[in-house]
Amino acid sequence: MISLQVNGKKYEVEVPPNTPLLWVIRESLGLTGTKYGCGISQCGVCTVHVNGEAIRSCVTPVSSVAGKEIVTIEGLSADGSHPVQQAWMAEDVPQCGYCHSGQIMAAAALLAKNPRPSDTDIDRAMSGNLCRCGTYQRIRRAIHRAAEMMGKGGQK
Amino acid sequence: MSETVNIRNREAATPFALNAFIAIGSDDVVTLIVNKSEMGQGVYTSLPMLIAEELECDWSKVRVESASVGSVYNHTAFGLQMTGGSTSVSSEWERLRKAGAVVREMLVAAAAETWKVERESCRAEKGRVIHVSGQALTYGQLAAKAATMDPPKEVPLKEPSAFKVIGKPMHRLDNWEKVTGTALFGLDATTPGMLTAVVARAPVFGGKVKSFNAEKAKAVPGVQGVIPVEAGIAVVATNFWSANLGRRALEVLWDEGPLAKLSTAGMREEYANLAKTPGAVARKEGDPDAAFAKAAKQIHAEYEVPYLAHAMMEPLNCLVDLRPHSCEIWTGTQFQTADRDAAARVAGLKTQEVTLHTTFLGGGFGRRANPQSDFVVEAVQVAKEVKKPVKVVWTREDDIKGGYYRPMWYDRITAGLDPKNNLIAWQHTIVGQSILKGSPFEEGPTTDGIDGTSVEGAEDIPYEIPSVLVDLHSPTIGVPVQWWRSVGHSHTAFVVESFIDEVAHKAEQDPFGFRRKLLSGHPRHKGVLELAAQKAGWGTPLPSGRARGIALHESFGSFVAQVAEVSLDPPGKVRVHRVVCAVDCGRVVNPNTVEAQMESGIVYGLSAALYGAITFKDGRVEQSNFNNYPVLRMNEMPNVEVYIMPSQEQPGGVGEPGVPPIAPAVTNALFAITGKRIRRLPIRSEDLEKA
Repeated sequence: MISLQVNGKKYEVEVPPNTPLLWVIRESLGLTGTKYGCGISQCGVCTVHVNGEAIRSCVTPVSSVAGKEIVTIEGLSADGSHPVQQAWMAEDVPQCGYCHSGQIMAAAALLAKNPRPSDTDIDRAMSGNLCRCGTYQRIRRAIHRAAEMMGKGGQK
Repeated sequence: MSETVNIRNREAATPFALNAFIAIGSDDVVTLIVNKSEMGQGVYTSLPMLIAEELECDWSKVRVESASVGSVYNHTAFGLQMTGGSTSVSSEWERLRKAGAVVREMLVAAAAETWKVERESCRAEKGRVIHVSGQALTYGQLAAKAATMDPPKEVPLKEPSAFKVIGKPMHRLDNWEKVTGTALFGLDATTPGMLTAVVARAPVFGGKVKSFNAEKAKAVPGVQGVIPVEAGIAVVATNFWSANLGRRALEVLWDEGPLAKLSTAGMREEYANLAKTPGAVARKEGDPDAAFAKAAKQIHAEYEVPYLAHAMMEPLNCLVDLRPHSCEIWTGTQFQTADRDAAARVAGLKTQEVTLHTTFLGGGFGRRANPQSDFVVEAVQVAKEVKKPVKVVWTREDDIKGGYYRPMWYDRITAGLDPKNNLIAWQHTIVGQSILKGSPFEEGPTTDGIDGTSVEGAEDIPYEIPSVLVDLHSPTIGVPVQWWRSVGHSHTAFVVESFIDEVAHKAEQDPFGFRRKLLSGHPRHKGVLELAAQKAGWGTPLPSGRARGIALHESFGSFVAQVAEVSLDPPGKVRVHRVVCAVDCGRVVNPNTVEAQMESGIVYGLSAALYGAITFKDGRVEQSNFNNYPVLRMNEMPNVEVYIMPSQEQPGGVGEPGVPPIAPAVTNALFAITGKRIRRLPIRSEDLEKA
């Protein structure tokens, strides 16, 4: 049994310790907002927070995060009210939408550490997150917008 | 921008179906049923806009549902339920506005009958019918009665000058699901008792299983079965990770078949030789032989582009629940009718016994419109053996190595200039696999041995040249090929727009001015070319080391010109700083979508130009994942500016037309920097050294 804390809830899962966190989140816990895209830490669609850090759940053995605080897109906000989600909607960032759970988690982790990221900071933090629909320009705009919202005392 | 609406596919009260596209609940929620697959291109917003324009509903009460499979949802031109060819808006332009108008009239009639007043004394507005007296009923209050009204046979549609929704930038209706992780993609679908399978497929196309040993695979905890299917061996487990480990442990001996020695180098040589011989004539105009004979200058070049994988972010997958008299399927597909029929055939059921749920698609780009329904057929085959609900999942490696690529192409092209540097002759030989040959769609678009998709964008070049010959070789190779976002145009635009640039330079003319001069009878081409040049500041100075390249292409009923600003920074590394894109796509439904699709097409085309290549060695695909099939990343994203040409013409497509011009716009800019012409994609560092 491995004890996990995901989105503030405790879970006990019975899986081999090497199982990637991604598949435990998706299949054992049924939280399908976190996506599979490459399995080798190349695309970032599986990004979640572990103790506040954006990590790639597809290459993270579940045993290594036992007891740590894991947050998935479902835990970022219950209703899409996180400033990053609000900014994403305002800028109409999503197209197919598949990569955006990961993009939003990466952006939220960036803004938590760096409330006013420059374009270079954004490049550095977000270049591990692929989008085949090519929404990068809008992602950049949305991160700046979210930074502004948070600076003005937006929620969270 | 319109006000933000939170659509959240909320549970509505049981709605009254007013026709195949519109249902209204007593809670005033308007459910619009969309018969096109949402794969990013925005049809879950633009098609509801068409209905809403005439329905006069309250936009904040609109929710979207994906259509079931039925002939009423067939493509108005193609006769199948499918999404492709950048045709969603153009093909639904009339039908969905009419659907909205008919239901509006039924609601008004219901109100008039309730109030015992003349229909003419009532009007529909923002989800209510209002009588001249001021009394009003909401659509929700009227829906039950309206559903019993006879739909009017003829309804007049609004004049464009009266449009309130069409042409306005609207927020996407699927934003909320997509930022909260609640949008359901095929890979997210589950059903009780479901198992998960991965399939070990032959390492060489056309290969077959010789023998296999399942012992070690079956020893992996969670593995439930190891099953031979047509494509290879399926490993079925209680969860994905066990299936994946089971497949790694599986031992298979393959009969590699006739393509065991296939190599890109060998194919290239074969294609280059073929290109020297005359092919099937796709277009002949004037007298090319005579024109070349009298030309003062001849310019000749050979171009090549590789196979490309679609590499959607969501790899293929398909969930099948097969029972003795039913088959239920959940998948992200662009090809509902073909997939349903194929599933019925494999399952031995009637088509009406198959239910197909179209989920959100994590990208499509053509791959999810497979004429053979490959990923659906395979999943039904697995389900037939497993006798439990099963989801077949493709890993990224399966997807990259899985075939149905954009074909590899080789082109020989020659132009003739008269003594005054006028372009008088053009000859273009194209070599590459037909994507339609051998597919169920061979009949229609293939005539006289010419697959129209092989020569589109080459046989219909807009430049006014007196003598033109375009011919085609379609070798049979055996690598599965398919449409890839913008289809033939993804290849022909690179060749034609690079070569016309070469000719302009040989004619000692400005590439923009040279093109412009050849477009006097093509106002829409000329319009976007001029708009892009003007907005990009064509001809104005740039920082040192930077240059502009221009390209123009018509596809899917739309006209797109792009100017790329490029440098080599650091040396040997292509850096695209800015792309100015002008588009004439006829009448615009949602300008926000048009902009997004141009941005999207540019990134997709740029990924291919800079990195995309599927290559073969010893029959095997050499790429496997994003580490060796790279695509554009955030730090490489240019600033993209999109300018939409105002137009009263019929709507054209926007999903694909942004792709074709970007590769030649970039390579034309690189020529301006290095003096060296790039004639093969992807761009290689050795081709970037100065001439």
